[in-house]
Amino acid sequence: MSSIADQVKEIIKEQLGVEEEEIKPEAKFIEDLGADSLDTVELVMAMEEKFGIEIPDSDAEKILTVQDAINYVESHINK
Amino acid sequence: MKKRVVVTGYGMVSPIGLSAKESYKNAINGISGIDKITRFDASNFEVQIAAEVKGFEPEKYVEKKEVKKYDLFSLYALAAAQEAIEHSGLELEKYNLFRCGVSVGSGIGGLGTIEKYDHALLERGYKGVSPFFIPTAVINMAGGNIAIKYGFKGPNYATVTACASATHAIGFAARNIMYGDADVMVAGGCESTITPLAIAGFQNMKALSTRNDEPQKASRPFDKDRDGFIVGEGAGILILEEYEFAKRRNANIIAELVGFGMSDDGYHITAPDPEGKGAIFAMQMALNDAGLNPEDIDYINAHGTSTYFNDKIETLSIKSVFKDHAYKLAVSSTKSMTGHLLGAAGGVEAVFSVMTIENSIIPPTINLEHQDPECDLFYVPNKSIEKKVNAVMSNSFGFGGANAVLVFKKFNE
Repeated sequence: MSSIADQVKEIIKEQLGVEEEEIKPEAKFIEDLGADSLDTVELVMAMEEKFGIEIPDSDAEKILTVQDAINYVESHINK
Repeated sequence: MKKRVVVTGYGMVSPIGLSAKESYKNAINGISGIDKITRFDASNFEVQIAAEVKGFEPEKYVEKKEVKKYDLFSLYALAAAQEAIEHSGLELEKYNLFRCGVSVGSGIGGLGTIEKYDHALLERGYKGVSPFFIPTAVINMAGGNIAIKYGFKGPNYATVTACASATHAIGFAARNIMYGDADVMVAGGCESTITPLAIAGFQNMKALSTRNDEPQKASRPFDKDRDGFIVGEGAGILILEEYEFAKRRNANIIAELVGFGMSDDGYHITAPDPEGKGAIFAMQMALNDAGLNPEDIDYINAHGTSTYFNDKIETLSIKSVFKDHAYKLAVSSTKSMTGHLLGAAGGVEAVFSVMTIENSIIPPTINLEHQDPECDLFYVPNKSIEKKVNAVMSNSFGFGGANAVLVFKKFNE
């Protein structure tokens, strides 16, 4: 079983169609990875489904980078 | 005085080619684009054949990672528009893009996308539905995507009149130019509905051919053994320009769009008026708009779907409008090769019409082996003919009784 970080990166790769080497922890979805607002909604929905968590809009707005996403999943999974 | 509207470019994605040139070449050689359905497992359907586009590469038109955000109907429109714009030689950076518009129709739009997300909704609840669902599926997104790609800021809309959609789109685009709304219009239609839901729906209307064992012989307009149409897909796009604008930029003018007529049967949801009243009126309107007499028309690219009623009623309508000349002009149905592209049909057929003027070769009606006695015109059976063509009429008739007719003419200053 791969780590949560790897699984999150895989979702990002799949959803945004970016190369693995672009998915650095500090990379911002919109500025660095070319996402638009609908891409980020879709990304959050994919994480919710993959990890069985609910991400309220107020939290989703704060998930701006790859590391934000990994941190969020790690701290909310299985709670 | 109406402004003149000229055609300066064309593009096409069809079941018989990935460009207008390739499609026309195959059309004049009588090549059928119909085969077994590969898009989904149709083995349990009564209808197992369709006219699919083959070898299409979406990455040529949008970034690879973006492909999943487009339904095929939009991608076909983007591909045909790109070819048409390149063909026209328009150097877009030189023009005021508020004067460049888009008019691209479609009959059903992103049906495959709708089906996909409906499955997802039923299986996974609302979380299964992508935020991209709506902007992928809605019909005007074909034109929207063309405008986004090229920065066009003029009029942009989609006409929806079933199988007449593209013909209305081109006719109205010409009027935008005549009225002064735009100098350039990217106009035509697109469709991609070789999906389980669409095939089931058309099949259950008994509208489709079930000649599953002989797909290439299934589309046989005006033949007495015809048994329905074949669903096709693709896009056909013209570049229309205001004549003075085209002249100033030394454009290669391929033809002039001189006439547009439209009507409705006001009769039945799917069956044509038995006397062809709506079709007759639309053809007459188009001739009047063109300022031409029936004798001026050399070729009619027929709606010619290969259904019993269309072919019979279209034939009697042509006879009613053209009288004796109906027997002298050439009528053919390119649907015998492309299948029926529904909302894209009028786009593809407008391109074929213009290319016929340009090349003086009229595409045939293939599979015309035993001509229906009720269809007694000259349908260019099985082999194309060389003939100087000065003026062409292109007919499109849609469910809901919608009729639209265009007339193109060789350009003379």
